[in-house]
Amino acid sequence: MTKLVISTIGPASSVQDGGRHGAQRYGLTPSGAMDRLALAAANVLVGNAPLAAAIEIGPFGASFTARDGAVRVALAGASRNADISGRAAAFNTSMTIADGETLTLGFARVGSFSYLAIEGGISGEPMFGSLAVNARAGLGSPYPRPLQAGDELPTAAASGAAERRIDLPAVTDAPIRVVLGPQDDEFDDVQKQLFLDSEWKISATSDRMGYRLEGPVIRHLHGHNIVSDGTVNGSIQVPGNGAPIVLMPDRGTSGGYPKIATVISADLGRFAQTPAGKGFRFKSVGMAEAQAEFRKSAEFLRTLPDRLRPIENFDLNIEALQDANVAGAAVSAVDAATWSP
Amino acid sequence: MSATLPPPRLLPSGDSAITVEFSRNIDDAANQRVLALDRTIAREPIAGVTETVPTYRSLLVHYDPVQIGFDALSEQLAALAQLPVPPVTTTRRWRIPVVYGGEHGIDLEDVARTLNTTPDDIVARHVAGDYRVAMIGFTPGWSYLSGLEKSLHMSRRKNPRLLTPAGTISIGGVQTGVQCLAGPSGWHLLGRTPVRTYQLHRDPTFLLEPGDAVTFAAIDAKTFADQDRAAEAGEIVAELIAA
Repeated sequence: MTKLVISTIGPASSVQDGGRHGAQRYGLTPSGAMDRLALAAANVLVGNAPLAAAIEIGPFGASFTARDGAVRVALAGASRNADISGRAAAFNTSMTIADGETLTLGFARVGSFSYLAIEGGISGEPMFGSLAVNARAGLGSPYPRPLQAGDELPTAAASGAAERRIDLPAVTDAPIRVVLGPQDDEFDDVQKQLFLDSEWKISATSDRMGYRLEGPVIRHLHGHNIVSDGTVNGSIQVPGNGAPIVLMPDRGTSGGYPKIATVISADLGRFAQTPAGKGFRFKSVGMAEAQAEFRKSAEFLRTLPDRLRPIENFDLNIEALQDANVAGAAVSAVDAATWSP
Repeated sequence: MSATLPPPRLLPSGDSAITVEFSRNIDDAANQRVLALDRTIAREPIAGVTETVPTYRSLLVHYDPVQIGFDALSEQLAALAQLPVPPVTTTRRWRIPVVYGGEHGIDLEDVARTLNTTPDDIVARHVAGDYRVAMIGFTPGWSYLSGLEKSLHMSRRKNPRLLTPAGTISIGGVQTGVQCLAGPSGWHLLGRTPVRTYQLHRDPTFLLEPGDAVTFAAIDAKTFADQDRAAEAGEIVAELIAA
């Protein structure tokens, strides 16, 4: 069987998909891609279902070798230097790795997570309908843990279909939008305003469970213990030390700290890509706006295939390559030295 | 006579979940209402509701805003929450074996000292309890039980442990718990059970359901070791004494 072999890989890289739903009532967290839109873009380029399993690659470099056949792949998400056995490789474009060739990726330049989708998907045994890795629960396939050098991902041989690129809107630097609650009444107006008006940074000790925020101390009205209740992706908990934590896809399904606000679904992927140490702000929006944005991003996901374009000639390919690289030069890189998995 | 139930608070948890909060505190009557609403939604699904997560005092309802908006769903949930809580007719009751104290329950002696009694007395009080699964959360299979005898209520440890063993039986606050996987905990460790409340490739993968009744039975270390091996091989080990 054709396979993609992991030659080298850093921490915080794993097989992820749309996540595992329906068992949060048993304490099983959904997991799934940190940036679903980037996952979907990579998948659609190689003809997969948008939320099929792909490789989520953390901020460090990685390399992948095709064995027993050619493998057709696509990269999306956090941009980085990429080449296939010496030929430059572009993001947001499908490409074929010939048998024995190696795709080599550098450090993430903008954002934290890149997605490598493989035509035909990754062969594995779904658990609760998902291949997503949840190392704590021993779930995920083909490996129930982050990827390591030497791992082999069984897949389909490249179809030989014409390569394509995808037209994606530029990622904005706008504030991360939140809906206040469910426990915003555990904070007075001054503290809520402090939360909304301050510049925040993501701490280097963040991971797929949660992003710790650095900024002012947010004080509680009645202490920091509440009776544990349910959490969602994007819940912003404020523990006793007053430093908020944004819960991410590997979160605990319940938590005992007041949740001042929740990141809206449409901004979660963009938030997940915010590099450690880069300043950003929150903005409170109403439920109507949050749900309108949800529907807009569902529609965007549904119509992603309409954004596919043929690669007609070499010039176009270069253009796509430059798009990806120019975007990459604009903002500072992830500080790999201070990022811990 | 039908007393009017106080209405729950409907709190937005982002754009695609609503927390239906019946109480701010740990409260058995509130938990009954949580579980009743959970069962009602399971019996008569609401279009657009994707998943429900019962907790002690609230039900988290996940939904798809493409199919139903916040206001429409809130209205339906508020109405359903006012239905009289039906008596629970099908409670499953489990007997869960526990080896108490020693290396299996490193806090038992401390707990006894704090409460001015003997470890045996603590075990007797814990085993005598009639518990109910109020919620499952945090990590897979971590079951929070209500019904802990008042004399065993004690605040959590000042310094939570970063790693506590799989199968730990512990007390914290007004609760007792059955922990499945090894992990962090700030509760007081009384013992260990060989029972896996979560085990992949076993049918059922998750043993306990919110609302199940639970009693504990003390076993010795040898029995624990034997049952632990059997459980590892996929046996359920817990005894279903009423279904």
